[in-house]
Amino acid sequence: MSDEARRLKPVDVVVVGGGWAGSIMAKEMTEAGRSVVMLERGPDRSTAADGAYPASIDELEANFRYKLFQDLSKNTVTIRNNANQTALPYRRMAAFLPGEGVGGAGLHWSGVHFRIPPDDLRLRSRVIEKYGAGFIPEGMNLQDYGVTYEELEPFFDKAEKVFGTAGEAYKVNNEVVGQGNVFSPSRSDHFPLPPLKDVYTAHLFRKAATEAGFHPYSLPAANASQQYTNPYGVQMGPCNFCGYCSGYACYMYSKASPNVNILPVLRRHPLFELRPDCHVLKVERDSTGTRATGVTYTDADGKVVTQPAEMVILTAFQFHNVRLMLLSGIGKPYDPVRNEGVVGRNFVYQNVTTSTVWLDPKVETNQYIGAGGGGVAFDDFNSENFDHGPLGFVGGSPVWVNQAGVKAIAGAHAGGPPGTPRWGSAWKAGMIDTYRHSLRIDAHGANMAYRDVYLDLDPTWKDAYGQPLLRMTFDWKDNDIRMNRYVVDKIGDVAKAMGARDVHLTKREFGSPFDTRQYQTTHLGGGAVMGTDPQTSALNRYMQSWDVHNVFVIGANAFPQGTGYNPTGMVAALAYWAAHHIRTTYLAHPGPLAG
Amino acid sequence: MGINGSGFISSRRRFMRGLAGVAACSTVSASGAGAAAPPRPYTPVFFNAAEWDFLLAACDRLIPADANGPGALALDVPRFIDQQMTTPYAQGAQWYMAAPFVQGPDNLGYQLPYPPRELYQRGIVGMNAHATTRHARPFAALAPDVQDDLLRAAEGGKLMFGDVPSAAFFDQLLANVMEGAFSDPIHGGNTALGGWAMLGFPGARADFMDWVDRYGAHYPLGSVSITGETA
Repeated sequence: MSDEARRLKPVDVVVVGGGWAGSIMAKEMTEAGRSVVMLERGPDRSTAADGAYPASIDELEANFRYKLFQDLSKNTVTIRNNANQTALPYRRMAAFLPGEGVGGAGLHWSGVHFRIPPDDLRLRSRVIEKYGAGFIPEGMNLQDYGVTYEELEPFFDKAEKVFGTAGEAYKVNNEVVGQGNVFSPSRSDHFPLPPLKDVYTAHLFRKAATEAGFHPYSLPAANASQQYTNPYGVQMGPCNFCGYCSGYACYMYSKASPNVNILPVLRRHPLFELRPDCHVLKVERDSTGTRATGVTYTDADGKVVTQPAEMVILTAFQFHNVRLMLLSGIGKPYDPVRNEGVVGRNFVYQNVTTSTVWLDPKVETNQYIGAGGGGVAFDDFNSENFDHGPLGFVGGSPVWVNQAGVKAIAGAHAGGPPGTPRWGSAWKAGMIDTYRHSLRIDAHGANMAYRDVYLDLDPTWKDAYGQPLLRMTFDWKDNDIRMNRYVVDKIGDVAKAMGARDVHLTKREFGSPFDTRQYQTTHLGGGAVMGTDPQTSALNRYMQSWDVHNVFVIGANAFPQGTGYNPTGMVAALAYWAAHHIRTTYLAHPGPLAG
Repeated sequence: MGINGSGFISSRRRFMRGLAGVAACSTVSASGAGAAAPPRPYTPVFFNAAEWDFLLAACDRLIPADANGPGALALDVPRFIDQQMTTPYAQGAQWYMAAPFVQGPDNLGYQLPYPPRELYQRGIVGMNAHATTRHARPFAALAPDVQDDLLRAAEGGKLMFGDVPSAAFFDQLLANVMEGAFSDPIHGGNTALGGWAMLGFPGARADFMDWVDRYGAHYPLGSVSITGETA
């Protein structure tokens, strides 16, 4: 295709994808004096246009017609539970909701903004140190990231300051300073903003979790708790708990997004050019195959164009990054039979179940009030914060109330307690009771990587541009189901301390396959992971392709296994980490950053 | 009504009525009495007469008017669904609709070649044919308890309408019914904000800065729509 494609004037850097990772990388590269073209396959979006109140807070359009989300009619994935099945297209939005358009998923996300637990970064090493190598289940590809918390800390700090993140620290410079998460590592500074107020359900959860013997803390939220100006000079307004975060462009300019926090500055930079409605087909390479020469894409008019560049930075959503690597021949595709190859290896998801607690009917839980990243969590059963030895599984879950604002259609769908019909008068009574008097508690767990869970190209179905869809082979494994069931039982302890009238604990069931019809989470990960061994990672610890040194790949695709936390904070820190090493080393001496 | 406390609801409604004025009253009195308000005159633009008869009857069973609030007919849910049928959504514009269409296990999701409009057409023909075979009359002409039995059979996926499993049609219908009852009235349903008032959802109020830490206090303002209609 590149032979026929029109060739444009070369630029220094082409960035593929206009979300958080792309905006951070573009900002950093223009700061370094490099010309940057950002290609985004979806439309241009801004808060002023897409977040205008009140038209923007239309639940039907936002959450049920997926206004800000990926156009599946053009491009989707196929999914199967195991390699013996025929993978079938994900034809309608359900289990996960990838974004599209300028801002990417960073425009419609909720705002939960975590650092990663230090132990998660070296989980394989930690598990072996604590329990021995024999503890790792057969078939689990447990790996370290190849980067430590101490190395990433300045970049977590930088991202929080750009995002205007609200939270309460526990330790700053190794001194206890506040009521934050006792399991969290020391920070170099406080959160830039104090924590959001607790909504009623979070307040009840905090009290009950304490009574049950756990250690609750305020969720770190990229929803501004006060007026804020970030280091780039852009301003955020204080969150008013309107409840329209996930699926919406925040009309209050309170929820951090690339559109609010970075792009207003970037758009004015003379070295930056944004090209929306441009779908990248392939990263081009030279005759040696070891150096990228640019990308070929279909532009807004449907013309195929080649953009030459000195560097290509892939910053699309997790699975699009993996697919672009496969379509471009960058890195060796993973072979699950031999457990060899790296692109598509260690595909992971997140292991989330939501339980419901019904309180006294005199108590109104006002679930429509909320902030996307707000709430209260405890980490007593996350990461390596507890002894897995007698439990016999790897991984954990934070537990939280994250009341992000339950709106009416979602409330109606939630219905009544289990056993209540889905319609008719009994449904009505149960639904109203649930909406007014219940609260939801999540176990937001890690998902481990397995040899037979992976991504590759589908042999049958193609996208609107004639390229093969990505194929997901995914199912829940016993290790992860046992972890979920153990942690969810702790929610029962909290509900008891709350004086619950009724509780429905939702647990993963053994033998119940991954169901693409039920929304779970959009926190997909892995598939092109970072590491120190080119046999088991597609990227080195600087997010650089081992095989094509001028290709960097930024996203949750880099996670060797899932974590219990939401991924965005980690992705942003990895972007700043990679950008730092590109700026301080790579630009002067282009070549592999790790040997 | 035990846990829902009709007394609680009516006291909330009285409060809202006092604040929001006349607009809320018609909804409140109709739902409070458990009476089904007749649907407003509306001529469907997509559904034919037989389909419309089915839709009215089915909506009335899926969300019946009762002591907890208005039903789907008073909320103009059929009108909402009819109007949705003229949107790109109903033509499958948001779904991946490339062949081949291969049927697989349920948990791998919807794999039929039909967008929402065709699901309705095929599903309604199928429901009426099944009703006529079993009960000698189309769905809309049957008694409510018989209609409920048929809807439950369709929901359970026990029927096939040609190559459409009845559950695929039922799930489409139920999803759109919920959307019609609880989405902003700008889309043609949730008339007089009756769905939101029933649920206790303030709609586009969208500012709770002064209420977030008033624990247990009842939010005093009624629902408001995107266009500023209040209830």
